[in-house]
Amino acid sequence: MMAALQTEGLVKRYGALLVTDHVSLDIRPGELHAVIGPNGAGKTTLINQLSGELQPNEGRVHFDGHDVSALSVDQRARAGLLRSYQITSIFEEFSVLENAVLAALAAKRHAWRFWRPMLDDSAARPAAQEAIAAAGLSAQAGVAAGELAYGQRRQLELAMALAAQPKFLLLDEPMAGMSVQESTAVTELLRGLKRRYTILLVEHDMDAVFSLADRITVLVYGRAMFTGTPDEIREHPEVRAVYLGEETV
Amino acid sequence: MSATLLLAQLLNGLQYGVLLFLLAAGLTLVFGIMSFVNLAHGSLYMLGAYAAAVAYAASGSFALAILAAMGTALLIGLALEVAIVSRLYRRDHLDHVLATFGLVMFFNELVRIVWGPQPLFVQVPDVLSGTVDIVGFSYPSYRFAIIGAGLLVAVGSHLLIHKTRVGMLIRAGAQNPQLVAALGVNIGLLNAMLFGVGAMLAGLAGAMAGPVLSVQSGMGEPVLITTLVVIVIGGIGSVSGALYAALIVGLVDTLGRVFLPLLLRQIAERSIADAAGPALASMSVYLLMALVLALRPQGLFPARRG
Amino acid sequence: MTTLNLTRPATALPLLLFAGLAAVPFIAGALGQPFWTSFFARILIYAIAATALNLALGYGGLVSFGHALFLGLGSYAVALPAFHGVDSGWVHLALCLLVCGVGALAIGAISLRTSGMAFIMITLAFAQMGYFLLVSLKQYGGDDGLPVSATSRFGPLNLGSPLVLYGAAWGVLALATWWMARLRRAPFGMALRGARQNARRINAIGLQAQRLQLAAFVISGALCGVAGLLLANLNAFASPSSMAWTVSGELIVMVVLGGIGTVFGPLIGAVAFLGLEEVLKGMTEHWMAIFGPLIVLMALVGRHGIIGLLDRLGAWKRARAEVAPALSEGHA
Repeated sequence: MMAALQTEGLVKRYGALLVTDHVSLDIRPGELHAVIGPNGAGKTTLINQLSGELQPNEGRVHFDGHDVSALSVDQRARAGLLRSYQITSIFEEFSVLENAVLAALAAKRHAWRFWRPMLDDSAARPAAQEAIAAAGLSAQAGVAAGELAYGQRRQLELAMALAAQPKFLLLDEPMAGMSVQESTAVTELLRGLKRRYTILLVEHDMDAVFSLADRITVLVYGRAMFTGTPDEIREHPEVRAVYLGEETV
Repeated sequence: MSATLLLAQLLNGLQYGVLLFLLAAGLTLVFGIMSFVNLAHGSLYMLGAYAAAVAYAASGSFALAILAAMGTALLIGLALEVAIVSRLYRRDHLDHVLATFGLVMFFNELVRIVWGPQPLFVQVPDVLSGTVDIVGFSYPSYRFAIIGAGLLVAVGSHLLIHKTRVGMLIRAGAQNPQLVAALGVNIGLLNAMLFGVGAMLAGLAGAMAGPVLSVQSGMGEPVLITTLVVIVIGGIGSVSGALYAALIVGLVDTLGRVFLPLLLRQIAERSIADAAGPALASMSVYLLMALVLALRPQGLFPARRG
Repeated sequence: MTTLNLTRPATALPLLLFAGLAAVPFIAGALGQPFWTSFFARILIYAIAATALNLALGYGGLVSFGHALFLGLGSYAVALPAFHGVDSGWVHLALCLLVCGVGALAIGAISLRTSGMAFIMITLAFAQMGYFLLVSLKQYGGDDGLPVSATSRFGPLNLGSPLVLYGAAWGVLALATWWMARLRRAPFGMALRGARQNARRINAIGLQAQRLQLAAFVISGALCGVAGLLLANLNAFASPSSMAWTVSGELIVMVVLGGIGTVFGPLIGAVAFLGLEEVLKGMTEHWMAIFGPLIVLMALVGRHGIIGLLDRLGAWKRARAEVAPALSEGHA
């Protein structure tokens, strides 16, 4: 299931500081759209406005044909707009499987049940196991999340977003803190998700971004400076000057 | 409803509010900066009251009694901070609650062991046993003195917090405790000092309350709970919020107890009014708190902005 | 079906305790000591209250310092109708559930607008409000409390009879404990425990942390009210002192002492707390001067409670059992 996401002139101010500067995005169904930019460009703030954790001062967010600007985080999640966090945010006491099944529960509307074990849920459990497999964590299903290695925790971040029946994935630096090997593995993981979900990927890892993205938006000082295909971005003189510098990608 | 009655009750409300402020000022900072839930604050108030009662009976000097109260509360407060409280800063609020609950139990029993369960009687000092004339009516000097002393502390704390370096640290700490610690300030010393000053103010409140309320085991907790309401209404971590909220709560409670039953009797049948009046009056402060929380959960004058 | 591992001390001991408690009335009767039946009935009732609190506090992470309010409301849900001549247990129970449920809904909805410290203080304040409200109702005894003129009658059974009351209390505790065990692994329980660990994440996957917590608070309040209903029948008396803030504190101590968030923690905690209280009372009238510091110590030393200790004992025994054969054969 793939949905589109558009924003209309999003503005976010902290006092006199303009963190999001009239950002209008247009993310097409099924595409993998990357957002890149130097540190401090306001990428996480932007994602927080898309997921509902932050209210913009101006502008609207349209998801799957509906104006979701007034919807809360959980409402957007139930509508299919799921995110993963840059700083891992999981349920440390629960096992990998339990984390994923919990994520699947809401999508299946099975959370308000008070007797039979959650792991017996015939709808949520398979969905969770599929998500875990897609994220490459099947071998760790029984391990407590708190005991996972760092890279595995990032994978669980991803698995939870997948388990919740997303139409749209907001991925906030899924490869943060990973080694080259781990990043490569996750890149292939994400490639496998393309065309199954619409994905907005915020990342610093340029190899991954240029390898995966259908289109890229460059964010500088809160402004969406340029949107284009990886080739167009590579060649764009302003982008090279501001962000890529002398490096060839 | 006579003007004199109204005025007298207004002053009573102010006096109660001022006592609440003395308790709330220190406590709100402990809550806001150290994020420590100190239920034993009422015990420091009680110990101050007992220290004052004993010192007054022994020396006949109320001034000495006040000093004894503040000194005792300061010492015990510092001892508690160093021995117990400082070990719990990094822990859950639940642990704070448990530890201070145990302390309350201990101190309440301790005063019972030493002085017995009967309340101690503390006489109003002679120099303040008269009345003052305010716009044509008499008001007890002692209560008036409490108001005066409280307002003095309010002014003093305002000066301290807004005009000194330490005050700046306190304000910064109320807004962002981690940052202050990261700036290299000796946070351990600051915490101990804050806790101690809060304890001292509680002891002062206890000493002043002695002649007006009864000095007995368990006297601290009802006042403490009202103080918590004050802090919630005023905004955690905000001393100015504590002042305004304390005065509001003091007035609402005092005026409510006197006038709500009267008001109800005007508009409802006597038997209902007599039953509901005192009930509503005792609940008035909590209803106010519920209202504030419903409309503005962060309090009326929060320390942190944004 | 949850399997019970009976070799674990943390499971075996509480189950033994349940069995022992079931036998109490018969033993007490045989020994001609009816005092023991009411003594242990009181323990059972507080264990129910602690179980209720454990749902909000242990599973949900909500530090409610006002649960004694529900004990009091439950008691008065018996005493007030009885005062007016209504002795039907069904009416008492319905009133109890209604008042406690609605009360918990209102208090929870307001209190959950804050978190952390404020939540603790506000629940404490609301309980104090209830206390003052009931004290101010002079026509219903006020400060002195209200005797229960007619205990709860459920058809042929009357909770005024010590044996019936004991059976009811044991039954309610057993059922509640069983449900808590199931709930722990059920979707709602897992979601609630998730909300305790990471509320932000719960919202991000499409659940509503606040709603889950509110529901837990309401169920918790209602169950605590049932404990109050039983308490009123045990004492044939309803008193504002059962709602004193100290009682709320004692309930928290029971939950933590037993093992916060565990299934059998509340029972163990209630037994340990009230048992210790009884022992200390026998030694000195100033037992609180000893109990208080013990609670402080418990807070300082860290809190996995008695169940936590039993768990570690079990793990240690298992580790020894694995090492011992290797050692006996010479160096491993």
